[in-house]
Amino acid sequence: MLYLAAAGVGRIGIVDFDVVDSSNLQRQIIHGTSWVGKPKIESAKARILEINPFCQVDLHETRFTSENALELARPYDIVIDGTDNFPTRYLVNDTCVLLGKPNVYGSIFRFEGQATVFNHKGTWVRPDGWAELSREEKKALREKGQDWFYDAEKPGPNYRDLYPDPPPPGLVPSCAEGGVLGVLCGIVGGIQATEAIKIILGQGTTLSGRLVLYDALNMKFRELKLQTNPDRPVIEKLIDYEEFCGVPQAKAAEKEAQAGMAEMTVTELKALIDSGADDFVLVDVRNPHEVEIAKIPGSVLIPLPDIENGNGVQRVKDAMGNKRLIVHCKAGGRSAKALGVLKMNGVEGTNVIGGTLAWSRDVDASVPEY
Amino acid sequence: MMIELRINGELKTCAIGSSLHDLLTQLGMNPQLVAVEYNGEILARSRWTETILQAEDCLEVVTIVGGG
Repeated sequence: MLYLAAAGVGRIGIVDFDVVDSSNLQRQIIHGTSWVGKPKIESAKARILEINPFCQVDLHETRFTSENALELARPYDIVIDGTDNFPTRYLVNDTCVLLGKPNVYGSIFRFEGQATVFNHKGTWVRPDGWAELSREEKKALREKGQDWFYDAEKPGPNYRDLYPDPPPPGLVPSCAEGGVLGVLCGIVGGIQATEAIKIILGQGTTLSGRLVLYDALNMKFRELKLQTNPDRPVIEKLIDYEEFCGVPQAKAAEKEAQAGMAEMTVTELKALIDSGADDFVLVDVRNPHEVEIAKIPGSVLIPLPDIENGNGVQRVKDAMGNKRLIVHCKAGGRSAKALGVLKMNGVEGTNVIGGTLAWSRDVDASVPEY
Repeated sequence: MMIELRINGELKTCAIGSSLHDLLTQLGMNPQLVAVEYNGEILARSRWTETILQAEDCLEVVTIVGGG
């Protein structure tokens, strides 16, 4: 966004309903510490105007939904997708398809980034007579790099050509849960800004039809050819994307699994530890790198992903023996999830409300919040 | 009998008669969380079990990433 303003983009609309949290600052560098607790869109606007006071910044402090999406996006030439969940990504895609606007896409996770331009012109076409060729002839052309030709004018693919079906909810962790290298946002955001500027100028070859995959750990870029899928369903109107991505169904199942779950406060946990009781085992379901930052004494680490894929369930049982189970994470959400999975496997336990955050606030301030 | 194929630019082997779905599972990937370019074309997930891999096939596997 900053580079767009710096390049002289005259009007930028921002849709967000969140406030700046200190955990955002390692990657969302448009915000500074003095803005923690205040709306993100206002912080972003202040910074943009510092760089370019002539830029018109429209603030939309709302969630981007099926009800308001068309209205919100209509006045703009280009949509840039920096959202953080699958229902909103499908919503952004379908909105752009219905309005005929390019969707400059970027997504990130841990050390990996993806970027492309959806719903714009530019895609791959087969050479004449391709369908009649034998497997060997096709392979020969592929090896010579003559199996595809880029047509810069033909309508390009959209998000649904790459990912026709959403992944099952809960299986892909968010950046907040799984972590992300802060610089990655700069790299992928920089690619998105580059593409937006190219589209505005009508210069160069955009990423339409090409998905760039960036692997920060090995500093490698890969590129995938995307094509429009002739069988993809026609997008006629916006739908309920939470439903489409299975979110309500998953929430209901989770709620049922967590119903009647026993809970305890960190103060109760502290009293239990201090009493010297040894009839319980405390399991920490966070990721290993989080334990290095903050730890509740005596906990055993069994990360939630291991419990969800089944391997961790037996480890929990082994750690318990005949003792009772107490589970914690950073804020209480992941430990509740873990207990839900464990319950389905015949193991019940107690959730620590507020996790390590509550522990550092109410019990031991020397344990860092992160 | 094994066949050799190229996945994300690297040579790998799999058993003759393996489907694309089998291969992904064998590589420890969750087929619900990836997209696959098979010999230069994005292949719909519904066709992964019926697609039997052949020697020298070329695959690019992308993990679905949604964060922002």
